[in-house]
Amino acid sequence: MTDHQSVSAPRRRARGERFPTLRRAWRYGHTKAGLVLLVLVVLMAVVGPAIAPHSPTEFVGRPFAPPGQGALLGTDSLGHDVWTRVLYGGRTVLWTSIAATVIGMVLGTTLGLYAGFVRGAVDGLISRSLDVVLAFPQLVLVLLFVSMLGSHLWLIVLLSGVAIAPGVARVSRGMTMDLATRDFVRSAELLGLGRTRLLFGEVLPGLTSPLLVEATMRLMWSIGLIAGVSFLGFGVQAPAADWGLMINENRNGFSLQPWAVLAPVTMLGLLASGSGLVAEGLSRALALVSSAEMNP
Amino acid sequence: MAVVTRDAAPRVHWLVRRLLASLAVLFVVSLVVFAATQALPSDPAEAILGRDATPERVAALRDQLNLDRSLPSQYVSWLGGILQGDLGESLTRRAPFADALVSRFSNSFVLFAVASLIAVPLSLVFGVLGATRRDSWGDRVGVTVSLLLSAVPEFVIGVLLTLLLATTVFHIFTPVALVPEGESILKHPEAMALPVLTLVLAVVPYLNRLVRAAMTDTLGADYVQMARLKGISESQIARRHALPNTLIPVVQASALVMAYLFSGVLVVEFLFRYPGLGTMLADAVANRDLPVIQAVTLVYAASIVLLNLSADVLTIWLSPRLRTGDVR
Repeated sequence: MTDHQSVSAPRRRARGERFPTLRRAWRYGHTKAGLVLLVLVVLMAVVGPAIAPHSPTEFVGRPFAPPGQGALLGTDSLGHDVWTRVLYGGRTVLWTSIAATVIGMVLGTTLGLYAGFVRGAVDGLISRSLDVVLAFPQLVLVLLFVSMLGSHLWLIVLLSGVAIAPGVARVSRGMTMDLATRDFVRSAELLGLGRTRLLFGEVLPGLTSPLLVEATMRLMWSIGLIAGVSFLGFGVQAPAADWGLMINENRNGFSLQPWAVLAPVTMLGLLASGSGLVAEGLSRALALVSSAEMNP
Repeated sequence: MAVVTRDAAPRVHWLVRRLLASLAVLFVVSLVVFAATQALPSDPAEAILGRDATPERVAALRDQLNLDRSLPSQYVSWLGGILQGDLGESLTRRAPFADALVSRFSNSFVLFAVASLIAVPLSLVFGVLGATRRDSWGDRVGVTVSLLLSAVPEFVIGVLLTLLLATTVFHIFTPVALVPEGESILKHPEAMALPVLTLVLAVVPYLNRLVRAAMTDTLGADYVQMARLKGISESQIARRHALPNTLIPVVQASALVMAYLFSGVLVVEFLFRYPGLGTMLADAVANRDLPVIQAVTLVYAASIVLLNLSADVLTIWLSPRLRTGDVR
C-alpha cells in the first residue's frame, strides 16, 4: 500500500516510452476492475437523473414500502422512490470528492515541492504548520468550521482539501528532496532557471506517477470523508437526494425496508472500492517501474 | 549530530524536545479552535440563539461567553479555564459538561482499546502469514479482501454488519446502543459488540497490509538470507529474526493509520449511537453548542498528538541502535 512512498520517482523517458507506469498498471486486474466500477458509478450518477422513473421528491407510496408496485427498490422514510433517489444521489458526492482531491493535491504538492526544495527555516515552518493540521482528525476539522459557518458544500470541499493536503505534502516533500540532488535538476539550476520554473518544469514531471497514485488514494479517502459528513447530516440537506444522507434518513427503517439503506451504501462502497482498486494497480506498477529504473 | 554514547542523556534530551514540540502543536491547535469561533458570520450570541434571540438572552449569552472582552483576554480566560478543568457550560443543557466529557472520552477510549486489542494481534498473524506464504492462494484472497475492506468507508462496513447481524438476516445483536447518559459502557458490553466488530474489520485490513509489506522487506534482507543458509527453519526465522525488526516501521505507520481512523470511529459511534466523543461532537455540532465543540475538538487533537508521541517513544524503545543514543 505504501510501497511507493519509499521509492524514488521515475524520470521522464524518451518519447514513445512515456507513461510506463500507466501502461504497466493497465496489465493488472485491479486497475481494470477498479476502472469498470468507477465508470459504472459515474455513468449512473451522470445519466441517472435522465432515466429516473420519478422525481426525487415525489411521493410514490407509504413510507418504507417494500419493493414492488411501481417502486423498484421500495420507498424511503417519506415515501419517495428509493431507486430514483439512488439515481440522483451520486452527483454531489462525486463532484465534491473530486474537487476536494484536486484542491488537496494542488495545495499539498505545491507546499511539498517548495518545502523539500528550499529546506531550512521555510521547510520547518511549513512542516510544523502541517503537523497542526494533522493533529485534527479530518472529519473533526471539517465539523469544527461547518458548525460555525454552516453546511455549505464549497466549505466542505475546501476544508476536505485542506485536510488532505498535509499527507500529500509529506510525500511530495520527501521525493523533492531526493530529486533535488539529481544532476538534471542541478544543471537546470546552474543554467539559471527561476525557482518556479525549476520546481514545476523540472522537478514536478518526475513526480507525476507517484502523485497519480497519491491522488487516487486521496480520492478514495475523500469519498469516505464527504459521504461521512453527509451521513452525519451536515452535508447535503434534505430534501435533496444524496447517498450519504439517504443512509441517515432511512436507518430507522432498517428492519422494515433494508433496501432504502442497502442501495446507497452499496453505491458508496462500489465508488470507494473502484478508486481503491485503481490506486492499488497504479502503486504496484509504480513500484515495479521504479525498481526497474533504479536497477536497469 | 550522530553521536553514539552509552549514557541516557541524548535520549532524555530527545524526549524533552519531542515533548516541547508536541506542546507547541497543541498550543497552535488551541489557537485554531479558538479562532474558528471568531469565524461566525454574525454576532456569535445571536447566531447561536437564532430565532430565540431576545435582547436579554443575547446579553446573558455574551456575558457567559465573555464576548464583551478583547480577543486575547477571551482566549486566555478560555484556555485558562480548560487547563484548570473548568470547561464552562454546555449551551443546550445550560449545565457544566466536564463530567460528561470525561465519561464520553472513557467510553471512546474503551471502544478504541478493545478494538485494538483484537485487531493488532490479528493483523500481526495475518500479515506474517501473508508474507511467509506470499502469492499463495490464501495470500491473494487475503490481499484482495483487505484491499476492499480498507477502501470502503467505515460506516459502510457498519451498516452492512447491522443488516447482517442485527436487523435483517440474523438477530444476534442490538442495532443501537442504549446506554443511560453518564453510565460506563463497561456495564453494557452488549452495546459494544457491533461498534467493536466494525472497527476491527476497518483496522485489520490496514495493519495487516502494513505488517505484510514490512515483513516481506525484512524477509529479503541479507541477515535473513544468512539465517536461511545456516539452516534455521522458516518459522524460526519469521518469529525470532524477522518479526522484531518488522515491528519498528509498523509502529510508526500504525500511529498514522490510527489517527486517520479517528474520523471513521466518529462516524461509527454516530451510526450505533455509541455514547462516545464522536456522538457528543455530532450532537454538539447539530445544536451549535460552541463550548462543547471546542472542548471535544481539543480532546481529539490532544489524543492524536499523544498517539504520535507514544509511537515515537515506542520506536526508540524497540530499536536497539536508536536506544543507545543515535537519535538525531
